[in-house]
Amino acid sequence: MADSLRFRDDAPHEEPAVTLEAFLGQSNATAVRIESGEDARALLPSLDRLALVEVSFPSFRDGRGYSAGRILREAGYTGELRAEGDVLVDQIPFMRRCGFDSFAPNAAIDQAALDRALGRYDFVYQAAADSRTPVWRLRHG
Amino acid sequence: MYKYDQYDQAIVDTRVEEFRDQVQRRLAGEITEDQFKPLRLMNGLYLQLHAYMLRVAVPYGTMDSRQMHMLAHIARKYDRGYGHFTTRQNIQYNWIKLEDAPDILADLASVEMHAIQTSGNCIRNISSDQFAGAAADELTDPRPWAELLRQWSTFHPEFSYLPRKFKIAVIAADEDRAAMRLHDIGIQLVERGGQVGAKVFVGGGMGRTPIIAPEIKDFVPIDDLLSYLEACLRVYNRYGRRDNIYKARIKILVSELGPEEYRRQVEEEFVEVKKLGIDPPHAELERITACFGNPAFESGLSDEIDRSDPDFAVWLDQNLVEHKQPGYAIVNISLKPTGGIPGDASADQIDLMAELARDYSFDELRVTHAQNIVLPHVKKADLYALWQKLADAGLAEANLDLISDIIACPGLDYCSLANARSIPVAQKIAERFQSPERQRDLGELKLKISGCINACGHHHAGHIGILGVDRKGTENYQLLLGGSGAEDVSLAKITGPGFDENGIVDAVEKVTDVYLAQRQAGERFLDTYRRVGMNPFKEALYG
Repeated sequence: MADSLRFRDDAPHEEPAVTLEAFLGQSNATAVRIESGEDARALLPSLDRLALVEVSFPSFRDGRGYSAGRILREAGYTGELRAEGDVLVDQIPFMRRCGFDSFAPNAAIDQAALDRALGRYDFVYQAAADSRTPVWRLRHG
Repeated sequence: MYKYDQYDQAIVDTRVEEFRDQVQRRLAGEITEDQFKPLRLMNGLYLQLHAYMLRVAVPYGTMDSRQMHMLAHIARKYDRGYGHFTTRQNIQYNWIKLEDAPDILADLASVEMHAIQTSGNCIRNISSDQFAGAAADELTDPRPWAELLRQWSTFHPEFSYLPRKFKIAVIAADEDRAAMRLHDIGIQLVERGGQVGAKVFVGGGMGRTPIIAPEIKDFVPIDDLLSYLEACLRVYNRYGRRDNIYKARIKILVSELGPEEYRRQVEEEFVEVKKLGIDPPHAELERITACFGNPAFESGLSDEIDRSDPDFAVWLDQNLVEHKQPGYAIVNISLKPTGGIPGDASADQIDLMAELARDYSFDELRVTHAQNIVLPHVKKADLYALWQKLADAGLAEANLDLISDIIACPGLDYCSLANARSIPVAQKIAERFQSPERQRDLGELKLKISGCINACGHHHAGHIGILGVDRKGTENYQLLLGGSGAEDVSLAKITGPGFDENGIVDAVEKVTDVYLAQRQAGERFLDTYRRVGMNPFKEALYG
């Protein structure tokens, strides 16, 4: 695995992530990994004790994790949200908008290409799980 | 017409720069073809049999002359002097070089156009009624709603890697001219208590499993529309099948869950999504709607037309549609000349249509899902002059909705997915029925041809449908009868064993003979088929 990328100021969480099944069955885990077919809403009752949620992207074509990320953020989750797996530079801007703030890509990501991708669009059309202001709000205040 | 503001223009300009960067990384070998594929696909660039194909978005099929001229320029400069108008109201070019694609996008951006999301597993170009804003029968102009959806769906961060492509159509009349219920989401604008809102159908489509979309919600107010659609898409993104590309469209999810269970899940999701405040204020729809105001129609014009030229009179009767404003007409320009390729137009023809739109139609054109062009607002007093100019350019074919007004996919002549050629079959049928009198006697007859079961040629929705298949290495054509993409939507049924290329032309002639023998006064082919059923046609074909 390549180096991970983090967009958070706090220290990386050290505890290894457990499976969703293990997490739901044990009360003291603070890090969990959800596979792309698993229901992120199962975590909602436990969000306040989670420090890390790792969402698996087994293939860049599998977009279920984007919904998982947004659902967690919309429910108020503020801990680390990590996209793990087949994470490519051109997907990261969308993932950031869906609330992901750390990335564990299978293959190394070119930092210059990533910086270009993340800084590229000054405007977005829709509200999502990030703090960006949609164009319609810029138009109408 | 919608006009970009600084934000729209900045987003499209940035997209050009982004795609240039992606192409450069691909050409430099920094990303593999497999990694590049979803990037180019999200920008309408397909690798076809002979070259790259670029599909350019024409949002809800509406353009002005400046944009249409640009399409001609692209055909000349980067392609082989022609373009192909598609069943989703777009245009595609079949002979594009990858290294030219960023420059083409830059040219498009200079006239407020793009190729964003014209392919890929994302929300595609929003389609609509080609007569929007001109039709006498519409509740309201659906295009402002379509533009609202265009913006919402552009680079949607959650829905750019859906299980499969996603097509949305918006109409606002009871007559469905956009095959609305054969879309992943079909929206009909309706009125309730003085308010316009959306009746939402979800889970229709053609392809190898054709399904007519069931109604999921009878009325969604504008204040809730984006939240509601977001809920519809989120349920699909989470639970749509990803194990089998052929079962990945939303129609499969909705039919496997059942419309009631899908609706329940959407309603549950909607409660969550609605809290997020993602719906723009009324002022945004009003801002967009202001761009689509009526052109400066003259009032008090006569509806009289001098019909003394018989060829002109035939064209008038066939290719005109009633306009909401007295003294004006909606003009259909057929891109289906006998022997031509359905939907193709040369750069010179595209330029001419642009000029005619500027001179005679308040600078507006439309692309139709039947692969024709519309001049939506023509003064009746100008029709004769317009017709003469069209006739000089080979664009006055008087065959709208007749048997030679064929929808056909590019087929095996271009497409890497096809099993059989579509274009030669369309040409042979048009030649067989080339007598205009015979075509008019047959009346409205929508014939649609697909070169494989993906059904890009809409064969399921044809009064007569033709499906090309590969049978032990040779092209074979199945015949289907009784489909409709209109408000009387239905799916065509296969008659029986298929035919070879010449046999399918004979078979079409046989079924039209059955119709002529059996029809009652006022019946179209489709009406007769629905009354008498498949058997008389089968007997004529196989008896």
